[in-house]
Amino acid sequence: MKDVLFKIISNVCIAKNTYECVLEGDTSAITAPGQFVNLKLDGFYLRRPISVCDSSEGRLTIIYKVVGDGTERMAATAPGAEWLTLTGLGNGYDLDKSGDRPLLIGGGAGVPPMYMLCKELIKQGKKPTVILGFNTENEVFYKQEFTNLGANVIIATADGSVGVRGFVTDAMADLDYTYFYTCGPEPMLRAVYEKSLTSGQFSFEERMGCGFGACMGCSCKTKYGNKRICRDGPVLEKEEIIW
Amino acid sequence: MVNTKVTLCGIEMDNPIIPASGTFGFGYEFAELYDINMLGSFSFKGTTLEPRFGNPTPRIAECASGMLNAVGLQNPGVEKVISEELPRLRRVFHKPVMANVSGFSVDEYVETVRRLDGEDDIGWFEVNISCPNVHGGGMSFGTSPEMAEKVTREVRRVTKKPIIIKLSPNVTDIVSIARACEAGGADGVSLINTLMGMRIDLKRRRPIIANKTGGFSGPAIKPVAVRMIYQVYDAVRIPIVGMGGVSSAEDVIELMLAGATAVEVGAENLVNPYACRDIINSLPSVMEKYGIRDLTDIIGAAH
Repeated sequence: MKDVLFKIISNVCIAKNTYECVLEGDTSAITAPGQFVNLKLDGFYLRRPISVCDSSEGRLTIIYKVVGDGTERMAATAPGAEWLTLTGLGNGYDLDKSGDRPLLIGGGAGVPPMYMLCKELIKQGKKPTVILGFNTENEVFYKQEFTNLGANVIIATADGSVGVRGFVTDAMADLDYTYFYTCGPEPMLRAVYEKSLTSGQFSFEERMGCGFGACMGCSCKTKYGNKRICRDGPVLEKEEIIW
Repeated sequence: MVNTKVTLCGIEMDNPIIPASGTFGFGYEFAELYDINMLGSFSFKGTTLEPRFGNPTPRIAECASGMLNAVGLQNPGVEKVISEELPRLRRVFHKPVMANVSGFSVDEYVETVRRLDGEDDIGWFEVNISCPNVHGGGMSFGTSPEMAEKVTREVRRVTKKPIIIKLSPNVTDIVSIARACEAGGADGVSLINTLMGMRIDLKRRRPIIANKTGGFSGPAIKPVAVRMIYQVYDAVRIPIVGMGGVSSAEDVIELMLAGATAVEVGAENLVNPYACRDIINSLPSVMEKYGIRDLTDIIGAAH
């Protein structure tokens, strides 16, 4: 964990209500895909937890959806501005369990962490298949970016405007995979849990106070005891989840 | 050179800064960031006799200049605190710690304190009779002078360590509660706990917090804290640990002028994990700016 001042390099709308923001600063505390950062915005008391989409030396990419006052403020912030950011929060995904053909399932605002995960898995010589789920065509983002990494990409939209008609679970039907990783809204996670044939890892969201394990604001019960989503999560294993 | 040392209930502290219970866990998360031995002390996570998961989530809601929480005293229970948390804490913190305890009956407060009493690292007990987020206990002891006095008196029987009673601001007359604690044998009082509040989600048309209500903390509540500390200082002879919206060395001085001997920092730790370090580091220069040579000189100086 490290508190770092990040400078905004770009902050652009890439799909409906969805922004990609590239930041410059010390990323050394970010050690695994699936971790998140916690941004301090002027005029808001609590920080904003946002998942890491990509991280390399000195450069952090986040993708966020405008859902409230905080993310609205973020979207209105111009390049050059700076955000104090707690980095390297949460456990992140465990890549060692992936097997040769992992399945990555991202839904909406749960798509971004799949990008760094996909990149790292491919670096390790794995052959990931990625399912990206959205409501409709104008919400789709990063199809090309995942394809450019070398992944097999399947798009699912609830209204069928592009790709497979239906939910990510409809796109999962005939796939053969060794393990899975997922992030998205809770109903989607639950559907993936029911439908999945292998073990896997789920990334959860919760309203947080601190984001680093001090306040117990985001606790949940698991089969392995109480866990803090921010510190012991956000990634939980399929076997420990209690719905 | 300025003197930041203060003495709280007979124990000298290097400075008056104490992270407040529930915002600092058992210290380890912060020990990763800085040497927490620079703190005056800290008040550990509210401990009950039995383990508690606390309330369902969401437990947190943001407000203008503050936040609501309804964690509901999640803690591993006193036995695990003694067998697991305190030994780990000992590795990162080497000063007397403040043991924050809660209960749902007088017996539970007494038993929890009795079990912790043998732990040498505990300097003070902070007895929380003011948690707004649990039902059938917590705050109900802190809203009646009779109950506050009874809890204090019974806890007094089982420990010789200083007892500081943590008071609720959710009362008509905090002075009468503070007086009752003093009459019951308290060595000090700490105030204020959070103010009970609520926020509603406009889209869902329901309270944001699953518990519906939560405790309001953060910079917005500081004037309430200053007022109550000021009033209680006039009414009791025992020392006051002040808290409520503290985020700077200036705030620390303000609460001390109102009557606090030591000052707890709560919500700010969650927003800036370095808050206590920063406050301690800036305290000497802020003291100099206001012509303060010895912090002890300003306790209650606004009266």
